Amino acid sequence: MAFGPHLLLALLEGLVSSAVLALTALGLSLVFGVMRIVNVAHGEFFMLGAVFAWWFSSMIAGSPALGFLLALVLAPLVVGAIALVAERLVLRRLEYDPEATIVATIGMLYIFEQLALMFYGPEARAVPAPFDFRVTLPWFGYSGYKLAVIAASVLVMLATWYVLTRTRIGLVMRATQYDRETAQAFGIPVGRVYAGVFALGAMLAALAAVLIVPIQQAHYLMGTDPLLLSFIVVIIGGLGSLRGTVLAAVLIGLTEGIVAVFFSPTLAKMLATLFVALVLVFRPQGLFGQAPR
Amino acid sequence: MTTTDRPTPSILLHVGVIMVLAGLWYVLPDYHRAVFSRVMVLAVFAMGYGLLFGYTGLLSLGHAMFFSAGLYGAGMTMSMLGWNSLAGLGAGIACGAVLALVIGLLALRTTGVAFMIVTLMFAQVLYLTILYFNEYTGGDQGFSLRRAARQIGPFDMTDPATRYFAALVLFAAALAVMLYVVRSPRGRVLVAIRENEERVRMLGYDVFAAKLAAVVLSGALCAAAGATYAILFGYVGATFATIQYSILPLLWVLLGGAATVLGPLFGTLFMYYVVDITSNYTTAYLLFVGVALILLVLYFPKGVLGTVRERWLQWLP
Amino acid sequence: MAAVTPLLETRGLSCSFGGLRAVDRVDFTLPAGEIRAIIGPNGAGKTTFVSLVSGRIAPSSGSVVFEGEDITGLPAHRRVRKGIAYTFQITSIFPKLAVFDNVALSVQRALLHEGRLTAANLRQGAMDALERTGLAERAREISGNLAYGHQRLLEVAMGLALKPRLLILDEPTQGLSDGEIENFVMLVRRIAEDATVLLIEHNMPLVMELAQRITVFDRGRILAEGTPAEIRDDRAVQDAYLGASADA
Repeated sequence: MAFGPHLLLALLEGLVSSAVLALTALGLSLVFGVMRIVNVAHGEFFMLGAVFAWWFSSMIAGSPALGFLLALVLAPLVVGAIALVAERLVLRRLEYDPEATIVATIGMLYIFEQLALMFYGPEARAVPAPFDFRVTLPWFGYSGYKLAVIAASVLVMLATWYVLTRTRIGLVMRATQYDRETAQAFGIPVGRVYAGVFALGAMLAALAAVLIVPIQQAHYLMGTDPLLLSFIVVIIGGLGSLRGTVLAAVLIGLTEGIVAVFFSPTLAKMLATLFVALVLVFRPQGLFGQAPR
Repeated sequence: MTTTDRPTPSILLHVGVIMVLAGLWYVLPDYHRAVFSRVMVLAVFAMGYGLLFGYTGLLSLGHAMFFSAGLYGAGMTMSMLGWNSLAGLGAGIACGAVLALVIGLLALRTTGVAFMIVTLMFAQVLYLTILYFNEYTGGDQGFSLRRAARQIGPFDMTDPATRYFAALVLFAAALAVMLYVVRSPRGRVLVAIRENEERVRMLGYDVFAAKLAAVVLSGALCAAAGATYAILFGYVGATFATIQYSILPLLWVLLGGAATVLGPLFGTLFMYYVVDITSNYTTAYLLFVGVALILLVLYFPKGVLGTVRERWLQWLP
Repeated sequence: MAAVTPLLETRGLSCSFGGLRAVDRVDFTLPAGEIRAIIGPNGAGKTTFVSLVSGRIAPSSGSVVFEGEDITGLPAHRRVRKGIAYTFQITSIFPKLAVFDNVALSVQRALLHEGRLTAANLRQGAMDALERTGLAERAREISGNLAYGHQRLLEVAMGLALKPRLLILDEPTQGLSDGEIENFVMLVRRIAEDATVLLIEHNMPLVMELAQRITVFDRGRILAEGTPAEIRDDRAVQDAYLGASADA
């Protein structure tokens, strides 16, 4: 294949990873932005989403489309419910102390991962794509499903943006983010907002995972990479800034896809991680963020 | 921490602990002797971590990098340059100290959550570096050290008894360093930084320099543990650079009691046996690590020895 | 006054927070040996001003000169070593440490630098500061368990133990009882025997009794400066401050 088509392919692959990454990172960013906590177990919500997707879709034999649809609806709901329980049982009792929360969510990471190992097993399992349709380009054929993933991700992000900026729920969330005490004084049920945001963040990760399982198989260790990449995205985009998060996700997803095609993935990850650590040291507001107030 | 008025009970206690550990060799069956050898080395890792987390109040999520700096610093100089064990140990500690200096200079510009994430990421960079240069490091598989290299003078580190007592010597040395630092005026400054950083600055202390010194000492202790691990057990591998090995010392210290000198030993010993016993029954033994972490932060944030100190023995360092 | 180098001098010192000028081109001179009070309504920039002097925050422009040396670029801890001690408006001690350890932390820094750090020197230096503030008997108590008034005294003791040339006290009597305030006046007078004292205070009778000169701040600038009698009679001060907030 010539260089041009090769690059186009890399670009498309990059957009698919961007789309999934943006959704996952959006969840992490939302939780950090509103609750001011870092959820280390975020990648495990992604993994749980994939595992439940496999479980729900395999309940309906014979019809991949129907099974996938079921997974698309139910998996995020179940994961959201799990997150809600974790928030009520653990995080609320820690009063969202930033450092204790990190330690506790590390604990959750191990618990979710190991429970998945016990009940789901060490195998990697695929979920069939809901439709099998190839877009024919002059140089190569490309999976229609992957294009649908990009479209779905854009839709969900637009919906999230709409909810955050144009609805009462979004207003309440932003008020809580801006000043927790004042929000409480104005009668906003901060505890319920926190629980809701934590569940919503987990659901976004789970949704991203459902979208990806027809492309990448479900496995109990699959949460690590999305976690690290989401961290990278959220830091580059500026902690708590949603627009920055989406921008950074596209940037990272594209470069990751492109770099991985041309370079060793280990080297790419190594340099990317180093770069992000240095961004956090020297430009803590992120590349796209503004200097602190 | 109280003033230096009552040295005796605490010194006696620590000498007693060392003597009990020495005596255990003659009592324990072989299997548990091997476990204790490992636990003593890993406890030094935990003590190094505790110096930063417990006493200075800096929560790092990347200490695996200092342990592996010692591990690879010793292992690679011994296997590739043919250095002897003592030189390897020195090289390992030096690697850890230099790495800690560089990481400290960068990471200490951040605080709180950002410090945690930055240290986690630097550790991840080191892990990926080890994988990338697999020609030299052996990558995921790691490499073993030849028996001939694992000698210090007349002592053969492959012999279980020598190994046990070498681990004990390291542990005793680290304990002495910890006690000295914690009871010294500079140690008091570290505790003060944990309690109220701004006030320490306004007493005329260079807080950044004090923290940097703590990071370097902590890194050197962890590297000493890593280097000793390579020499005593003859294996060097990338597993020790994974995030998991940054989280384990946190767990050990939390369990034993942050800001206690002996807490890391108790925490390491207890968790080692928990993992050891449960892994006989299930492959998902890390589940217990997770449960322990959550229960500790929720119900027992001061750890075992922290609680003992608060209730009964206030002189415990 | 012009012939002698003042202990502290600021020239055009300014500091803004997001467009708001908290301190606005302040020229301030403090001769050695004085007890100087800074008064002014809330938000006048008093605490910001002394924070600029002590180096806790950086100025937007202007300079700070201490004993003839420009210290504008020095970080806070280096200024402390030069002899500028700051005691916090909100009590800032090490609550989990013993009273002795709190003060020992002040003493040991100087001893460490002079290479004279021994247990005996440390003990003597710390007990000396504790005796001057009347806390000697409580040396072994955990400082967080002290009564509020004693914690304020400990704060002053920590400043004293630094053996400063200039001691900045930011609202030291806030929350103290009348009896405690009386003791405090005597304490400050004794401190002033070998240090210059810069005092932010709302308690007007105390200021009138204690200060040799008074500087009045208003909206980030110096409104007036003079002896207590001059300030009491100053019309501008009465309008801006004394009349406006008689309750202070």
